[in-house]
Amino acid sequence: MADFGGSDLENFRKEAREWLEANFPPSLKGGPNPAMREERVEPTPDQELWRKRMGEKGWGVPTWPKQYGGGGLTPAEARVLQQEMGRIGAYNPIGGMGVMMFGPTLLEYGNEEQKQRHIPSICRGEIAWCQGFSEPGAGSDLASLQTRAEDKGDHFLVNGQKIWTSGAQYADWCFCLVRTDTTKKHEGISFVLFDMKTPGVEVRPIKLIAGNSPFCETFLTDVKVPKENLVGPLNGGWTIAKRLLQHERNSLSGAGPGGGGGGGRSLSKLAKEYVGVDEKGRIADSDLRTRIIMNDMDLRAFQQTALRAMLESKSNQGPTAATSIMKNAGTKTLQDRAELTLEVMGHQGLGWEGDAFTAEELAAVRGWLFGKATTIYGGSQEVQNNIISKRILGLPDLTQHN
Amino acid sequence: MAVLSEEQSMLRDAAKSWVQEKSPVTAFRKMRDSGVELGYDANAWNEMAEMGWAGVIIPEDFGGSNFGYLSMGLILEELGRTLTASPLLASGLGAASALVLGGSDEQKSNWLPKIASGEVVGALAVDEGAHHAPEKVALKAEKSGDGYTLNGTKSFVLEGLAANLYIVSARTSGNPGDTKGITLFVVPADAAGISKKRLSLADSRGAANVTFDNVKVGADAVLGEVDNGYPLLEKVLDRARAGLAAEMLGSANQAFETTLEYLKTRVQFGQVIGSFQALQHRAAKMFTDLELARSAVEAALQAIDNDTPDVPELVSLAKAKMGDTFHLISNEMVQMHGGIGMTDAHEAGFYLKRARAAEAAFGNQAYHRDRYARIQGY
Repeated sequence: MADFGGSDLENFRKEAREWLEANFPPSLKGGPNPAMREERVEPTPDQELWRKRMGEKGWGVPTWPKQYGGGGLTPAEARVLQQEMGRIGAYNPIGGMGVMMFGPTLLEYGNEEQKQRHIPSICRGEIAWCQGFSEPGAGSDLASLQTRAEDKGDHFLVNGQKIWTSGAQYADWCFCLVRTDTTKKHEGISFVLFDMKTPGVEVRPIKLIAGNSPFCETFLTDVKVPKENLVGPLNGGWTIAKRLLQHERNSLSGAGPGGGGGGGRSLSKLAKEYVGVDEKGRIADSDLRTRIIMNDMDLRAFQQTALRAMLESKSNQGPTAATSIMKNAGTKTLQDRAELTLEVMGHQGLGWEGDAFTAEELAAVRGWLFGKATTIYGGSQEVQNNIISKRILGLPDLTQHN
Repeated sequence: MAVLSEEQSMLRDAAKSWVQEKSPVTAFRKMRDSGVELGYDANAWNEMAEMGWAGVIIPEDFGGSNFGYLSMGLILEELGRTLTASPLLASGLGAASALVLGGSDEQKSNWLPKIASGEVVGALAVDEGAHHAPEKVALKAEKSGDGYTLNGTKSFVLEGLAANLYIVSARTSGNPGDTKGITLFVVPADAAGISKKRLSLADSRGAANVTFDNVKVGADAVLGEVDNGYPLLEKVLDRARAGLAAEMLGSANQAFETTLEYLKTRVQFGQVIGSFQALQHRAAKMFTDLELARSAVEAALQAIDNDTPDVPELVSLAKAKMGDTFHLISNEMVQMHGGIGMTDAHEAGFYLKRARAAEAAFGNQAYHRDRYARIQGY
C-alpha cells in the first residue's frame, strides 16, 4: 500500500474504504469488540483474522510511528479511518493498556532498544500489558509506594505487592513502579518492565461487590528484573508515571467516564413501564419523575460539555478548563442514573441471578455495584476536587500550624 | 467558552471593556442608591444603544446588525458580570424578536429601527399571576369594530415602567389554560387606558404591573395570527429565556470569582481560608457546575441561531441548569464571605437578590424541568 505522507485526505478515505471492504470479515459487522470483555475468551477465527490484518497494517494504532509498526497516519487521516470503520461496522481489534497508556509513554521515554522490542507487539495486539502501580498502602498517595527494587549489578531484585492490577491474570507483561531509593519520596521511584512469567510473580484475582474480578493482587517475591528493563533514568520514574496517567486520562475522556448505568433503555421509558403514567402521560410518581428529569438534564449538559471541550481543544484555544471537570461530573451523573434505575425497577431491581429476573434487571444491579468504583479509580472524586481547587483555581496548600 | 467567529470575539471583547471601564458593580450600587424609578441609568443605556447593542438580533434592513442570538448572549453575559441594569434583554431581545419573528412589514418598519437605536424600549407583557404561566392568559381582547378592546392586568412586566411599547398576550377565545385562543398585540405604552404601577423589587431592577382598562387598538395591532399566537409567544419566550440564562451565566461567574478571590486573601487561624479543604471542594463544585451550565447556555443560543427543532428543550435545559447553578453560587457567596457578606456594603447581597429574580423570570427551574420532560414525552 502506498505511503500517504501528506497526500489528499479524500484519496486516503477512498483507499481506507477499499482496504476495509477487502479485509474486514463481514461476519463481525456491528459486533462488539471481544477485547472489551472482561473474561478472556478464545477469539473466533474471524476475530483472530481481523486482529492479524489490522495488526500488520498498523491501523489499530493509526498515528503511531511506522518504524515501530504503527500506521504513521496524521490525526486527520486517523479521524477519516475512524469514520470509515464506523461506516462499515468495524471495531478496532487492537487495544488494552499497551495502546491506551503504556505504548505512548514508551514512545516518549523509552530507549531505542526498548521501543524496538515492545512497540511492534503492541501494534499487532499480540502482547497484553498490566499496570503495577497501586499498593495496599499506596492508593491516592501513589508516591508512597514501597515495592522495593534492589540493585544486584546486572538486575534488580524486586519484592513487594501491587493491587488493583487490571487484567493481570491475562497479561503477558507488566509496567511497574518500584522504589529504588528509600531516602526520597518522589525522587526514589523507578519505572521498570517485567515479563509476567518471571519466577516470583503471583497473581490473585480480587472478587468485587459486583461479583466479577477484573482486578488482581500481584505478589512479587525475589523477582529478577534485567537492568535493560529500566525505562528512563534511575529514580526518574515518577515523571514518567505522571505522563502515563495523563495518557490514561486523555484516552478515557474520549470514551466518557464508563462504568455502571450508562446506555441501555432510557430511564424515563423504564419508569413508564415499571411505575406507570398518570392521566396526562407523565411518570406516575412525581417525586421520582423530578429526579429523573434532573438526571437527564445533568447527562445532557455533560454530553454538551464533552463536545464543547473537544471543539475548544481543536480550535486555537487549546484544551480548556472544561476537561478537568469531566471525570467528576460524568461519574456522579452515571452513578445517580444507576441508583435511579434500581429505584425504578423496585423489587425487580434487587436480583443477583436466576430466571425470576430479566437480563436487563440483573445487569442493572451489577452495573450499579461496579459503578461505585468509578468515583474511586483513576483519581478519586476527592483527589479530582483537590486537583481542580489547587491547579485550576489556584487555592493554596494548608501551611503548618504554629 | 464556545468557539467564536471573529465578529463574535470582537463583540464580546468590546462588551468586556465597556463593562470594566464604564459599568463596574459600583455603577449598579449607584443606580440603586439613586432610587431612579426606571431601574437603570439612562446614560448607560444610551451608550449601549450607540454601540449598536440594541440592534444585534435585528436585520440590517431595519437598522440592526443581525449578529444573532449567541452574539446577544455574549453581551448579556458581560453585563451580567457586574449586574449592569438596562432594558437590553426586554427590548433588544424580547420585544425585538417578537417583531422580527411575527411582525408585518409595517409593524417591523414602525418599531424595529427605533428599538435598534434605543429610542424605543419594548417589553414583554405576558404573566398575570405569581408564577410564570404563559398559557394562563385571562386579559381579554374583545372584538370591537375593526379592532379590539383590551381589559386586564399583566404582572411582573420587566422594564414595564420604562417601556414605550408592549408586546401583550391576550385572550381572544377559550379559557385561561388553553393554548388556543391567545393572540399577541403590539401596543404603544401611551395608549389611553394603560396605567403602570412600579414594583420595587429586591433586585432593584425595573418592573411594573400594567393594567389595561378598555384599551382600544386597531386590527393592525395584531402580531401574527388571531387565536394562534401561542406558538409565536413560545418562540419569543425561548429567546428571552436563553438571553436571561446568558446574563445569569455572567453574574454567577463573577460571583464565583469574587468569592474565590476572598478565599485566597482572607486569613484566619494563621492561614488563608482557601487552604481549608472543605472550602476547596465547595469551590471545585461551583467551578464544575459553571462549566456544565455554560455548555447548556451556549448550546441553546447556538440552536436558536441555527433554528433547530430542539430549541425548546435546549432552552429549558439551559434555564434550569443555570438557575440551579446561580442559586447555589449566590448562597455560597454570602456564606463564604462570612459576616461581611451579610452587609449591604458588600455586593454579595446584590448577587443573591438578582439570582432569585432571574430564576423566577420566564419560568423557574421547576417550570423548566417539567417542560423538558413534557417535550421528551414523560
